[in-house]
Amino acid sequence: MVKISELTDEELLYGHKLCQGCGAGIVARLAMKILGRKTTVTLPASCMSSVTTIYPQMSFFTNSMTSAFPATAAVLSGISAGYKAQGLEGINVLGIAGDGGTADIGLQALSGAVERGDDFLYICYDNEAYMNTGIQRSGLTPYGAWTSTTPVGQQSTGHRQFKKNLFEIMIAHRIPYCATASASYPMDLLNKIDKARSIRGPKFIHVQAPCPTGWGFPPEKTVEVGRLAVQTGLWYLAEYEQGRVSINLKPARFKPASEYLKIQKRFKHLTDDDIRVIEEHRDREWKILTNFVNLTEG
Amino acid sequence: MNKPKALNGYKYPSAKEEMPLGPGSYAGVLIDVNSGWRTFRPAIDLDMCKKCLICWLLCPDGAIDKSGDRLEIDYDYCKGCGICAYECPVKAITMVKEGERQ
Amino acid sequence: MNAPDRKRAFISGGEAVAIAARLCRPDVVAAYPITPQTVIVEKISDYVAAGEMRAQFLLVESEHSALAAVMGASMSGVRTFTATSSQGLLYMCEMLHYVSGSRFPVVMANANRTVAAPWNIFGDHRDSISQRDSGWIQLYVENCQEALDTLIQAYRIAEDSRVLTPVMVNLDGYVLTHTYENVEIPAQEIVDGYLGPFKPVNAFSFEKPKSLCFTAPPEWQTEFRYQQQEAMGAAQRIIAEADREYGRLTGRCYGGLVDEYNVRDADCVLVAMGSVAGTARIVAERLRDRGHKVGLVKVRSFRPFPKEYFRELGKKMKAVGVIDRDISFGYEGALYSEIRSALYTPGVSVRTINFIAGISGRDIKQEYIESMYEQLRRIAEGENVPEIQYPGLRWQTW
Repeated sequence: MVKISELTDEELLYGHKLCQGCGAGIVARLAMKILGRKTTVTLPASCMSSVTTIYPQMSFFTNSMTSAFPATAAVLSGISAGYKAQGLEGINVLGIAGDGGTADIGLQALSGAVERGDDFLYICYDNEAYMNTGIQRSGLTPYGAWTSTTPVGQQSTGHRQFKKNLFEIMIAHRIPYCATASASYPMDLLNKIDKARSIRGPKFIHVQAPCPTGWGFPPEKTVEVGRLAVQTGLWYLAEYEQGRVSINLKPARFKPASEYLKIQKRFKHLTDDDIRVIEEHRDREWKILTNFVNLTEG
Repeated sequence: MNKPKALNGYKYPSAKEEMPLGPGSYAGVLIDVNSGWRTFRPAIDLDMCKKCLICWLLCPDGAIDKSGDRLEIDYDYCKGCGICAYECPVKAITMVKEGERQ
Repeated sequence: MNAPDRKRAFISGGEAVAIAARLCRPDVVAAYPITPQTVIVEKISDYVAAGEMRAQFLLVESEHSALAAVMGASMSGVRTFTATSSQGLLYMCEMLHYVSGSRFPVVMANANRTVAAPWNIFGDHRDSISQRDSGWIQLYVENCQEALDTLIQAYRIAEDSRVLTPVMVNLDGYVLTHTYENVEIPAQEIVDGYLGPFKPVNAFSFEKPKSLCFTAPPEWQTEFRYQQQEAMGAAQRIIAEADREYGRLTGRCYGGLVDEYNVRDADCVLVAMGSVAGTARIVAERLRDRGHKVGLVKVRSFRPFPKEYFRELGKKMKAVGVIDRDISFGYEGALYSEIRSALYTPGVSVRTINFIAGISGRDIKQEYIESMYEQLRRIAEGENVPEIQYPGLRWQTW
């Protein structure tokens, strides 16, 4: 179990140009903090890469590289193989990619790398749209959300597809370890990264990273929004380890979804019907998750 | 304060030979500061502060320093987002408008 | 002369490339199979399985990932290898620019194959020529022996600190990859001595960590691009040096950037790239026997382009014909455009013809080449003929 007081003072991601209150900033900074100096991090085209390494300012203090958008997991495979060929051990090969670079354009490379069993840790920070290019929708944009490519108008009102379930996609690959986490539950995130680093093979952590700019809420509420996502059941914290699914946090009763949805501008156009659809979908997802837990027990 | 600092007077390459070889550089080079992003700055009431370190943990910019006896804020890199003030369990942090007295 | 450490084998071009890759000792290989490169990856798999090649062979799920993985490995500080063809080369197009712009010394074998649509698996140069601006050094080989030798030279060129530019070694699909020849294989010690151990330049370090492939704003991009151009300029010299040094060690040298055959006292020359140069040489020799003053120029290095050589050639020739195994639609053969503009200096009056042939694996027959020389003779004597010709095209008379 990770203890806050034992975490190092050293900052390995500092001076970056992420937005005020960026959820992804919390995720990346904490990941670097727990993994430490012997880390090589790969970032695809994303918020994270474009604000951290613009010549001459380099905000990562360990080895880092910016990769082509679809290629994150493939580059991780290559780096990992290169270290293995040189007999170098104990290096954290880390990829930090957004939802676009993981679930859409990067899905092929991720699937291939996980199937091959290459040794790396892949953290997907999910801000639920292509934020870096201006808040366009992605495959992980939730139902009903406004994005710049699913705007609200007469003919259509927001995104009308549900999020792909990346956690289950990774389980389908029988990955050694995968988990969901949230920027608002930092100790849970740190514990998961700490657990993952000592496992050999591909590891995947899907972290929800609330985005004040893209979701439409004041920057000080980032952690609050992420917390509400978990408390309303619209984001769950779960793990898949050694073939077993477990739920890390199960609220006794879900808060009404509108508590989470209505504080974000991207959902302000939702009707009561929309909210009902969202809550029904949430209940179905939780049913499937609970079934996974039962199926993989024992 | 144990935080990375911006370089004093960074020198851009003045000759072809000083250019990096391709787009690669040594890691951890800070040229400018982010203080200009702020409208509000956080002020910690050090008597109320319990050093629970939740603000330190949640700051997206890592601008809170816990290396000394008391918490300090690196105002060079604090963007004034206000997460620390919002999340502090004892409300020891207030967001004060830049230019006003605390 | 057979020194005790020289080995000969009757092998295909694909196998020759695989053997060359094995001799160069890459630590990481990542490739996706595509006809007609499959021979190369299958042979490498055999060597790895037999323990004859100590490389991590990543069986990636696409060509884009192949080059991305190879780039990742190169960054971690090891020598790498990959191979592809046509559709695969175009799939990794984005990564080609990435690797060259980031200055990683990756070596790739490309089995030249035409590009769909219409679908076809046979050879022409449309794939690699369409990537001429990607910043890779492009070398073209004429036969299986040259394929093996050039691949070894490619590592020496790419890893030279004045170059640090990735190299693409092109060999014609099927004509070379699947055709068998008697090939001499240099000894491992010779290759080790020729290349030396891999010295990572743009690679990660834990003593002084690096940020690689960063973003460069408009104020600095031009300077980075200028650096790449300068490296290409240095590569012209280094390609020739690497070739000469290789010749010294093995007895086989290929002329550096271009190879000449009977050019010195010729009136008309054909310019060719790739395996067709072999056929053209036979025809040129036969015509010489009949008293025609003809020659052949084989372009070995397409990028960097041997502009100075062609500028001098233009001053000496009456007629130059260029065989293009590609078409730059809307204009003419790409090799022809480049050579014709390089031949030009004010006052020079060399006449030129573009012969577009061998598209998608269609045979360039010896009688076509004889006709090409005949066309060149006619324009050298002042006749007018069409500038762009398609030998073997149906429904035309010429």
